[in-house]
Amino acid sequence: MTVGLFVTCLVDLTRPTVGFATVKLLRDAGCKVSVPKAQTCCGQPAYNSGDNPDARAIAEKVIKAFEGFDYVVAPSGSCAGMIRHHYPSLFAADPEMASRATALAGRTFELVSFLADVLKVENLEAAYDGTATYHDSCSSLREMGVKEQPRALLAQVKGMTLTEAPESETCCGFGGLFCVKYPDISGHMVDAKVDDIMATGADTLLAGDLGCLMNIAGRLHRRGSKIRVRHIAEVLAGMTEGPPLGEPAEKGKRLKEAG
Amino acid sequence: MSNARSDILGAVKAALQQAGGPQRADTTSVVSASKRLGDHRANLIPARGRLGVKARVDLFIREAEQASATVARVSGLSGLPREVARYLAKNNLPMTLKVAPGISEPAIPWTRETLLSVEEGRADGSESASVSRAFAGIAETGTLVMLSGPENPTTLNFLPPTHVVVVAASEIVGDYEETWNRLREKGQQGRFMPRAVNWITGPSRTADIEQTLLMGAHGPQRLHIVIVDEETPAP
Amino acid sequence: MESTTAAFRENAAKALGDAKLRDALSKLADGFPARRREAMARLPEFEALRDAARDIKDHVLANLDFYLEAFEARVVEAGGTVHWCRTAAEARTAILRICKLAGAKTVTKGKSMIGEEIAINEHLEEHGIEPVETDLGEYIIQLRHEPPSHIIAPAIHLSKEQVADTFREKHRHLSPGRSLDEPRALLDEARNELRQKFIGADVGLTGANMLIAETGSIVLVTNEGNADLTYSLPRVHIVIASLEKVVPTLEDATTILRVLARSATGQEMSVYTTFCTGPKREGDLDGPEAFHVVLLDNGRTEMLGGDFHEMLRCIRCGACLNHCPIYKAIGGHAYGWVYSGPMGAVLIPGLIGLEEAGHLPNASTLCGKCEDVCPVRIPLPRMLRTWRQRQFEKRLTSSVSRSGLKFWSHLARRPWLYRLVADIAVATLAVLGRSRGRFRRLPLAGGWTKLRDLPAPEEGGTFISRYHRAGHGDGA
Repeated sequence: MTVGLFVTCLVDLTRPTVGFATVKLLRDAGCKVSVPKAQTCCGQPAYNSGDNPDARAIAEKVIKAFEGFDYVVAPSGSCAGMIRHHYPSLFAADPEMASRATALAGRTFELVSFLADVLKVENLEAAYDGTATYHDSCSSLREMGVKEQPRALLAQVKGMTLTEAPESETCCGFGGLFCVKYPDISGHMVDAKVDDIMATGADTLLAGDLGCLMNIAGRLHRRGSKIRVRHIAEVLAGMTEGPPLGEPAEKGKRLKEAG
Repeated sequence: MSNARSDILGAVKAALQQAGGPQRADTTSVVSASKRLGDHRANLIPARGRLGVKARVDLFIREAEQASATVARVSGLSGLPREVARYLAKNNLPMTLKVAPGISEPAIPWTRETLLSVEEGRADGSESASVSRAFAGIAETGTLVMLSGPENPTTLNFLPPTHVVVVAASEIVGDYEETWNRLREKGQQGRFMPRAVNWITGPSRTADIEQTLLMGAHGPQRLHIVIVDEETPAP
Repeated sequence: MESTTAAFRENAAKALGDAKLRDALSKLADGFPARRREAMARLPEFEALRDAARDIKDHVLANLDFYLEAFEARVVEAGGTVHWCRTAAEARTAILRICKLAGAKTVTKGKSMIGEEIAINEHLEEHGIEPVETDLGEYIIQLRHEPPSHIIAPAIHLSKEQVADTFREKHRHLSPGRSLDEPRALLDEARNELRQKFIGADVGLTGANMLIAETGSIVLVTNEGNADLTYSLPRVHIVIASLEKVVPTLEDATTILRVLARSATGQEMSVYTTFCTGPKREGDLDGPEAFHVVLLDNGRTEMLGGDFHEMLRCIRCGACLNHCPIYKAIGGHAYGWVYSGPMGAVLIPGLIGLEEAGHLPNASTLCGKCEDVCPVRIPLPRMLRTWRQRQFEKRLTSSVSRSGLKFWSHLARRPWLYRLVADIAVATLAVLGRSRGRFRRLPLAGGWTKLRDLPAPEEGGTFISRYHRAGHGDGA
């Protein structure tokens, strides 16, 4: 089957490793993966700011770029959710585009649920030395129904212990532009999230959305925590030799040599 | 002001016509709405209350106690005065009572309990305890159904700090819907609702101060339910 | 009521700095959701009941005119009167007129959000009538001249010490040396004070959780029993309710009651659920001699059939507040008006204007928890987005975020330009952030870096550039 990778702007710009990990996971499972060059952003910043005309214009580009694939997969519940649930409503007044948007929506998946539900991946060859806790991002959990899938996949990772945070389903306070528009409220929310994560005793935080991860990692670092933060795809693909999110490369290499 | 009624109804109709399009313009929905009022069909009823008699009464007791009521059983209505006296004495409460006219002397032999001082009527706030008669008990949530009327003044349910309610075991039903049906059967065509139907589930409470749960906010602090096991028709 | 919604930012900042409020809110957010979960776990049909409740409300809204007229006819048959009011002002006038005709000096009140919405207390006071709130929480905030901070727990923001101070200040006739250290002592004092008010009141004013078209009954749900003393002791009972509160039958009301308390407090059923039908009957020893229902529109017909139609399903349970991480952070007063939380953020802009309430739809991460717990499945996040859309269309969005957004959208629509800018920006930031792997501060990113570090991009360029440079060469 052919899969178009919608890598998401945050992965593209800040964390290419997640993109490469996604490609590896999909290819290992037998997919023919393509990465259209004409991709940028899903349009969510515009859409969530009430700018539907721009959101529509961006969505049109995405629809065109990804129409030829059996599936479209994004390593993000948020961006996949945008395509799956919100593209069709954006074109309510344009039947031709609406049907194209609906067709694309039906083929679009968040990575982790795609691996578990569609590809039925069962024998991952990944290993990770550590105790991880998994944050359920709001879009993955409530828009894309992702809850058991990451846990089932992480159970296949050798050497990893998974420990649940009591508030794993509570929003981290990222919310796209929300976190810069209302930094005090967002800061309060991410602090609560960080407290919850630190109380688990885990040494690693995983999630399926880079926005949440950048927010939580940023606050963990500011509070001096040593918890390592990674996108779940990096762990599932066994691509954890690079530094965790927000850590310098050299230090990561030194740690690896020492360990 | 005089146009408010027609303005509001006009605005409702206009909004619905615009939203509903042609199907709203025909009269089928009004027909179905009238039918709904006439049919008063039950919606989904949880299975919880669908039990045999004994299990139903047991569930009622469990749920009522869960809601912080206390429950006692007597074998006949004539045992009520003794149970009330026992309850008041055990809780160190004054032995004075205001009872609902429907369960006063001679229907109930109150005078046999010589320690009790019993008056009948409505409550005025000076009483320390009241006794009234439930129309039904609902097993689903341990809820009592009280009907207002000359025999059962509403104030007895709310003013005294201790409220004792009598209900026959045979009047304990599985779910709320059964009591609506019983009420419709009992009442006159179209006028079956008494002025007040009070569902009571446990004693009065509040958590308005620091979310600390306290009993007896405005209504009774204690709700004691006396289940009468022998068949006794409702007054 | 005057709104302070425009000062949302300042309100929120103040709330975030209030340690006592923090304690109260974390207790609330721990308590209610856990109890709701337990109640759900006990009732296998809970999800199906939510669907049923939603369907009932949808059916009512689609036939609202029919059910309102049916309700009115039954109220009149039962000996009551219905007063139709288009606006808050009309409702205030109608209530005042009834009170004056009754020669009322004191009006006891059950908790009513519509009463708050139309600011009836202020109006009665201005005309020499004393309104007395009887719900304990409402009584406390009335003494303090504050709006409710939660639709079902109005004094949730106060500590027992604050309540004690208020009682000492307002209950001057009582001994100054009395102990008010425990919540029980506070409750007992309020109960005694209010007992006298209940007995002496001329008019009882309550809200209604529902209106029943089949019987002309109004439904009152409380845990304290205050509403029952409010309608059963005075000579006149006035009910104030908005149009969408009507439901067809007793069975429909029953279905909604099965989800109401469970969603609100996690109780199986509230302690007192009352169905009032008309005034005192012949032979009755108690009950009001007159029964009035004030039916209020105040913007409801404008919502009907439009983008906010489903909001009219709301049964005011407060579940969306109890589960909202924003509400948990800032509490109810930050919203600046009578409603708060997600339902408030959707309702308030419609009631006081989007210009005034512009922050509310934006102060949300759209996390979806509110819709998840709503007993009647109102798509609250979608409605918050709709308000944002209207702001954008009316150019109410701030010019900074508007131009920032325009810049981003401009890039996002032009992949070649996006690639060019992205490659340069990423390369620059990667070099700057190389030594620490993150930034403590960065120009233009103060909103982010005030409280968090910003992870630096990986070195080596964007994913798309690296992927295609490495010769995967597909799909371009």
